[in-house]
Amino acid sequence: MPVSSLLRRIRFAAWVAVALGLTAGGVFFLTRNAPEIQKAIGGVARIGGPFQLTAHTGQPFSDRDLTGKPYAIFFGFTRCPDVCPTTLNDLSLRLEELKADGDKLRVVYVSIDPERDTPEFLAEYMKSFDKRIVGLTGTAAQIAGIAKAYRVIYEKVPGAAGDYTMNHTASVYLFDAKGDFASTLAYQEGEKSQLAKLKKLVGGS
Amino acid sequence: MMLRLMHICVVLAIVQLPMPVRAQSQEYQAGAIKVTQPWLRVPPAAAKVAAGFVTLTNTGTAPDRLIGGTVSNAARVEVHEMSVVAGVMRMRQLQPGLEIKPGETVALEPGSYHLMFLDLQKSPVAGTNLKGTLVFEKAGAVDIEYKVEPAGARSSAKAGKGSGSGSGAGRNASQ
Repeated sequence: MPVSSLLRRIRFAAWVAVALGLTAGGVFFLTRNAPEIQKAIGGVARIGGPFQLTAHTGQPFSDRDLTGKPYAIFFGFTRCPDVCPTTLNDLSLRLEELKADGDKLRVVYVSIDPERDTPEFLAEYMKSFDKRIVGLTGTAAQIAGIAKAYRVIYEKVPGAAGDYTMNHTASVYLFDAKGDFASTLAYQEGEKSQLAKLKKLVGGS
Repeated sequence: MMLRLMHICVVLAIVQLPMPVRAQSQEYQAGAIKVTQPWLRVPPAAAKVAAGFVTLTNTGTAPDRLIGGTVSNAARVEVHEMSVVAGVMRMRQLQPGLEIKPGETVALEPGSYHLMFLDLQKSPVAGTNLKGTLVFEKAGAVDIEYKVEPAGARSSAKAGKGSGSGSGAGRNASQ
């Protein structure tokens, strides 16, 4: 066999090996990253993510403080006359109804009006609710960050004399102990339905 | 089939009968506008705002508008519309006010329209009344008293659905 023909065969075999390698690598990559890729192309979207805020106690509070236990997260503001206090009141009542199981749940309330809701003001405000509920606030950029991570909408609505109010997502989002989105509680949802969802959430942890 | 329908009708009629007789609601008259049981609930500690609720009936022949009012413990009162659609709460001031057509009853209630009390100066106490006024475009101003229900009340005990205790959902603010 002439040398040139042998070289051609070797070159062909090398290309086949490269092609096989690429295919195998691709299959391995796709298999390993299937959940992420599925999410990226429109599967179940990931809700939540890293954040750094300040609690009403003045202590720093981040996403790491939400790991290992199921949690309920709700966005609002203290100059909200109806939905926000009602929801915080509902959550306080449900925590009491859960009795000892209430300690298996974390509940956080994030202000989407950080301009007016300082940690000091939240400290006063949160006195009206269950002590286990943590009020969170931060800089405008920090709030924008967590709202984006949790896919929460909020916007300022100008009012009279330079005053303003806020429109915002008002559902309570529930997450399981692994940090995966589980369910929501809606404004004016029945007490029994709310309690059933929370029982399921803490029972499964 | 007919029998079953009749049966259902009879059951419905019986269910209707023992409807709780409404306890006496506080009523006021402003011209052609009947004002029924103004109320609010205790807002959270240090809160700067609260919502007032009331039911208005236009017994006249011309439309009127609720354009504002006063309440003893707040600097300003506005008429607001609130809605929760697809999980998003939206709120806005109604200008020039909330229309009440002839023969119509409009309820300002949780989850809907409310009187927005701004710059609260003192937190109201459950079980007391707060003096205030409602102002209508045509009927003018009328003196009223808001009944203060516990925090978290979903309705006023008197204006509500006969639950008798405000709402059963009330939770007293732990000061």
